[in-house]
Amino acid sequence: MKRQRGRTNLPVPAIALACSAIAFFALPLIGLLWRAPWSQAWRYINDDASLAALRLSLICSLWATVLSIVFGVPLAWLLARVQFRGRSFVRALCTLSMVLPPVVGGVALFFALGRRGIVGQYLDRWFDLRLPFTTAGVVLAQTFVAMPFLVVTVEAALRQLDGRLEDAARTLGGAPWYTFRRVTLPAIGPAVVAGSVLAWARALGEFGATITFAGNFPGTTQTMPLAVFLSLETNPEKAIVLALVLIVISFTVLVVLRDRWFFGRNGGSSTALP
Amino acid sequence: MRDSWSSALVAAPLAVVLTTLGTVACGSESAQPSSDELIVFAASSLTEAFIAIGVEFEEANPGTDVTFNFLGSTELVAQLLQGAPAAVFVAADDVNMAKVLDAGENDGEPVVFAGNTFEIIVEPGNPQGIHDLADLADQDLIVVLCADSVPCGRGAATILTNAGVDLTPKSFDERVKGVVTKVTSGEADAGIVYVTDVLAVGAAADGVAIPAELNVINRYSAVVTRSAPNSAVARTFVDFVASARGQAILAAHGFLAP
Repeated sequence: MKRQRGRTNLPVPAIALACSAIAFFALPLIGLLWRAPWSQAWRYINDDASLAALRLSLICSLWATVLSIVFGVPLAWLLARVQFRGRSFVRALCTLSMVLPPVVGGVALFFALGRRGIVGQYLDRWFDLRLPFTTAGVVLAQTFVAMPFLVVTVEAALRQLDGRLEDAARTLGGAPWYTFRRVTLPAIGPAVVAGSVLAWARALGEFGATITFAGNFPGTTQTMPLAVFLSLETNPEKAIVLALVLIVISFTVLVVLRDRWFFGRNGGSSTALP
Repeated sequence: MRDSWSSALVAAPLAVVLTTLGTVACGSESAQPSSDELIVFAASSLTEAFIAIGVEFEEANPGTDVTFNFLGSTELVAQLLQGAPAAVFVAADDVNMAKVLDAGENDGEPVVFAGNTFEIIVEPGNPQGIHDLADLADQDLIVVLCADSVPCGRGAATILTNAGVDLTPKSFDERVKGVVTKVTSGEADAGIVYVTDVLAVGAAADGVAIPAELNVINRYSAVVTRSAPNSAVARTFVDFVASARGQAILAAHGFLAP
């Protein structure tokens, strides 16, 4: 890291603390790299089960991200811009899955969307539609735990945004949808990207809700985290390699998108992060 | 002037952090088990039975305090080998006990104190009319099994091979309780789990027996660890589990005599 003018004015103790924090995150990763069986790595990655799990993980986490954006951005907008009774209750409700143990989240999804669930029984009876044990079930479980990360991020950005911009657009005759699309959305773009990346990363690593609600079957519902966990029991070396694959993918996305969107444009958009 | 201000701002939280770390360190020191505190690592299928045993053991040995850590045997082994402070280790099968013995973490020989067999778990009242293993092969049934990597999965696979039944489950769970949950919540029609698991959920599920000649018996064993701070108390506990009273409690929870 090069010293930049006017930037590194931090006193030594603060730098020491910051470095401890970096080490706190770096050491476990170094531990994995240290224990990784490098000579076997390619063999572990390049087998049908691993590749199927990887492909499934990427597809499902991307779908979960798309669903999070489509439903989460309007939700964040509602929470940030519309005054209504019980708003804090709704906000807490919509971020509940962030604090719920994921396995409990999976069981709760059963009660809602399983074949005996509140809604699920009618999906089953009327449309012959069953979500548990399907790839769609994986997407649903991942969306359930991931969407709050996007909602929280986008809502924070909307709160920071000067509401007068939207007022001006409306006063000038912009319809609500037009204002949202042409004024609000462009202004919170970086936050939407930031939130999407967070939601995607969370979906990619999702384990508990997935195995509970969607189960674990190679090719249809066995995502990478499930494959990693099961390998830990029988072949810890393989588990480390698969975990590293997951880390490399998310690391690349986080690094690339972060530089490009969070700091590249106007520097200030990092405030959008929760 | 400004510099001294900013260093004060940093020094204050730094002091807080260091004090906290100091306190935590002291705290963990005083949290070391006293001579009569006993930490037992036990396979999660023993939860209900061992809680009952713990209560009676404490009554029979005034002053002792038993603390349990219930988890899957594999996870317990991992924690133990990483230096977790257990005085007694209780495994649900020989494979996991062997890992601890191979690592030399034991003090003395393990004691086999119970067995457990498998059953088909079905919804209450058995609405699908499942009467034997062959019925599970029905393509319309949603069957869930444990994964091969855990003891209940290895058991189920052996049983199905013994019965000559070939079936494709909808899911391979990583925990036996995961299979139980899927059946009790109505998402799966059937699974293969321990007899004790069916008993533990009461009216929420029914069990269909598997003939003894096809069934598998898992052996539960307990051992005192090398790092036990109070091996005498630990040994008393293992003896109590194997005693007539311990056996009666285990039998009441569906476990077989060793």
